[in-house]
Amino acid sequence: MGTFHHDKGELHGITVAVDTNGPEVYVGRCDTADDQHIVLLDVDVHAEGNDGRSKQEYLKRAAQFGAWKKHDRIVLPMDQVASVRRLGDFEV
Amino acid sequence: MPYDPALVEPMRNELTGLGVQELLTSGEVDEFMSQQDGTSFLIVNSVCGCAAGQARPSVGLALESAVKPTRVATVFAGQDLEATAKARGYFAEFPPSSPSMVLFKDGEIVHFVPRHRIESRDAASIAEELKQAFEKFCAPVTN
Repeated sequence: MGTFHHDKGELHGITVAVDTNGPEVYVGRCDTADDQHIVLLDVDVHAEGNDGRSKQEYLKRAAQFGAWKKHDRIVLPMDQVASVRRLGDFEV
Repeated sequence: MPYDPALVEPMRNELTGLGVQELLTSGEVDEFMSQQDGTSFLIVNSVCGCAAGQARPSVGLALESAVKPTRVATVFAGQDLEATAKARGYFAEFPPSSPSMVLFKDGEIVHFVPRHRIESRDAASIAEELKQAFEKFCAPVTN
């Protein structure tokens, strides 16, 4: 039992890692995703090398403990997105 | 904004019906957390269907184990705001997420299950992780 929004796509409500073609990787709760954009809520963003961590090192830590929200909502154009993965699918 | 209490009540009852203590105030949270002997299991409940819909039944399955925490309690995120904020203060090193679950032994965090490790899993799989944590950190129940 709970609240569901089946009209928003299979990733709605799921915490995802969105890698980009640039230096940034985002972790947030997917609201909607289509061919044009992905909309993330409660989002953290990490740039390659920040705090001495690569994207992969950041994602490994996020997969273990979660991510601290930096933004309420971010809209990413799909042409900037390299991959979208469920954070829960990463090895911890 | 909190949901309609009538909508949330069955989600509360799913845990309280298992004997899980509901903590509604910061004082109740502090009292629960002050009991540091043995193990304490705290569940941050949520209305989220994507994750909490599997989290609550997983608690029921895990608590069927012969080895389980000394005490079990829950706060309801988005509903009981003061109690939830207080509870999160006891595991403030982890980013807040709901639902989530945390196991304490002698007052120290020994296992944490954040929301993203609940999403996309079925109740049996989550329960298996909880049972393994219980077996590792909790003493067998003696009657």
